[in-house]
Amino acid sequence: MGRTLLDKIWDAHTVRVEDGGRCVLYIDRQYIHEVTSPVAFGGIERRGFGVARPSQITATADHNIPTVDQHLPIEEPESRRQVEALAENCARHGIEHFRVGHPKQGIVHIIGPELGFTQPGMTIVCGDSHTSTHGALGAVAFGVGTSEVEMVFASQCILQTKPRTMRITVDGDLRRGVEAKDVILYIISQITASGGTGYFIEFAGSTIRSLSMEGRMTVCNMSIECGARGGMIAPDEKTFEYLRGRERAPQGADFDKAVARWRELYSDADAVFDKEYRFDAADIAPMITYGTNPGMGMAVDASIPADADPKALEYMGFKAGEKLLGKPVDYVFVGSCTNGRIEDLRRFARLVEGRRKADNITAWIVPGSKGVEAAAKAEGLDKILAAAGFELRQPGCSACLAMNADKIPAGKYSVSTSNRNFEGRQGPGARTMLAGVAVAAAAAVTGRIADPRDVFDL
Amino acid sequence: MSIPKFVTFTSGAVPVEMENIDTDQIIPARFLKATERKGFGDNLFRDWRYDASGAKIASFPLNDARYEGQILVAGRNFGCGSSREHAAWAIADYGFRVVVSSFFADIFRNNALNNGLLPIRVSEEFLKAVFDEIRRDPKAQFTVDLDRQTLTVVSSGRSEGFEIDAYKKCCLQNGYDDVDYLHSIADRIEAFEASRK
Repeated sequence: MGRTLLDKIWDAHTVRVEDGGRCVLYIDRQYIHEVTSPVAFGGIERRGFGVARPSQITATADHNIPTVDQHLPIEEPESRRQVEALAENCARHGIEHFRVGHPKQGIVHIIGPELGFTQPGMTIVCGDSHTSTHGALGAVAFGVGTSEVEMVFASQCILQTKPRTMRITVDGDLRRGVEAKDVILYIISQITASGGTGYFIEFAGSTIRSLSMEGRMTVCNMSIECGARGGMIAPDEKTFEYLRGRERAPQGADFDKAVARWRELYSDADAVFDKEYRFDAADIAPMITYGTNPGMGMAVDASIPADADPKALEYMGFKAGEKLLGKPVDYVFVGSCTNGRIEDLRRFARLVEGRRKADNITAWIVPGSKGVEAAAKAEGLDKILAAAGFELRQPGCSACLAMNADKIPAGKYSVSTSNRNFEGRQGPGARTMLAGVAVAAAAAVTGRIADPRDVFDL
Repeated sequence: MSIPKFVTFTSGAVPVEMENIDTDQIIPARFLKATERKGFGDNLFRDWRYDASGAKIASFPLNDARYEGQILVAGRNFGCGSSREHAAWAIADYGFRVVVSSFFADIFRNNALNNGLLPIRVSEEFLKAVFDEIRRDPKAQFTVDLDRQTLTVVSSGRSEGFEIDAYKKCCLQNGYDDVDYLHSIADRIEAFEASRK
């Protein structure tokens, strides 16, 4: 019987299998950040262990950092301490660390692919659930807890039960105005916020293939939002071209050899998945969420389902059966590991070019990395944004989880290109509506929930 | 270093009868700034336990004096969302040793097991029976027997088995820790690395 892509990569990294089926899984690369690593460093140090393979670990500060005035010390003492602890721990253990202000610093899931660390066929973990992002390059990548971060420090391995396999196939041409974010919000709305639990997803089909690498990362990023361990896409020519010449990818003849290996990374035609879903791109419209988990999504021009969770609607201040179109918005956030890549900023800038930010909107446009920030400036996107009343901030996780000062006030409505609309996610009492870049842009210029197909020439 | 050994115990339970409780509710991100693993229990379910002024919200079960015990009972898809292990730390630090639900998010389940906190997955029907029992008697007692892998309602004797993989069961019962184990097989891991070159 044929093997799935997950089988091929997983089996090639299994050092041994324990009684009961747990695998000792070898990890090619671990990414770390300031929030989920300090306790793990403390753990190995108390045990008297060193970091087993420091060269296979990459660190960056992203969760806690301000997105303005990054040259100044971090004001909030606890955040500053965590960021400093990361720098100290990395220095002590010989781990490469991109500190705030470093030209390679950024959100961990943005810089991994951007710098070419993330490559097809790898196993990748990080103490962050959106590690699934890296699956877009054909890697087995998933989020882990701090105990597992410590396991990788101590041994470069973790103990892990092999997930079941799920294939989600999306075929057909995307409709006007529909982007990668809409595809994944649609999928989660169909299979629910727990529909993928226990599974590792492979996204396939002509729609997925048609997406840019950035778009594929947006899709894989949100695999965890349906509960899946991870999501991946078999590498293809787009993947190889994306990686060619990236700093930490193989170079020259080594690159060609790597590509030859990477071409073997696909699910066999006769591979059997534990679960399969098929969707038609023609059914996908620009999406928005109305509730308090990412599965509570609908087309931006639709009405909230009659059977929507009353607790979620009470929190959001919405009623079952009503439309969101026309409702006022207070904040727009463009950024995060979901939509903080250069393509997202290009799209937003192109849409708002020649228009003005609505007066009632506070907008935070946050690049995912210093690399994205530099590219945006090189392309003049910062000027287009400024002319329309938007400021390009400095890179970090920002309002996605509001660990820094970028918090949405209680009761305020936010249209956010991030990945979670949980109660209080963007600040205590904040009301988050997840959407793609175009819906965010439409809200930013009209001050209301609007259909980007009506607002823009899409 | 090791985790506390898990032994059979009988206790009351605290019911949080909601589905899809995500880790942002269990421990909001603004409380993740510690660099040491302690004190997270104070902020467990912070925004459901306390209002904006810091006053306790009396209706939330953790603030309801009728309920006490080392077992947290919650609706399906418990622990979804962020991978923050702080969620498991907060629950354990608060004093719970078991979480009962009809469905757990993967990362949370692993994090819990790595901290000696036992996630017990029961059927929807049994979960309803547990909630009903607590409604009938807020001091209702439950026995968790890891060896036999059963959760029992003491008053009725009604019992349901639960699954746990043999390796993790052994770890919990003996207080073993994965980090020590993986470090101890360094030779095998090096041999594996050599075989890939």
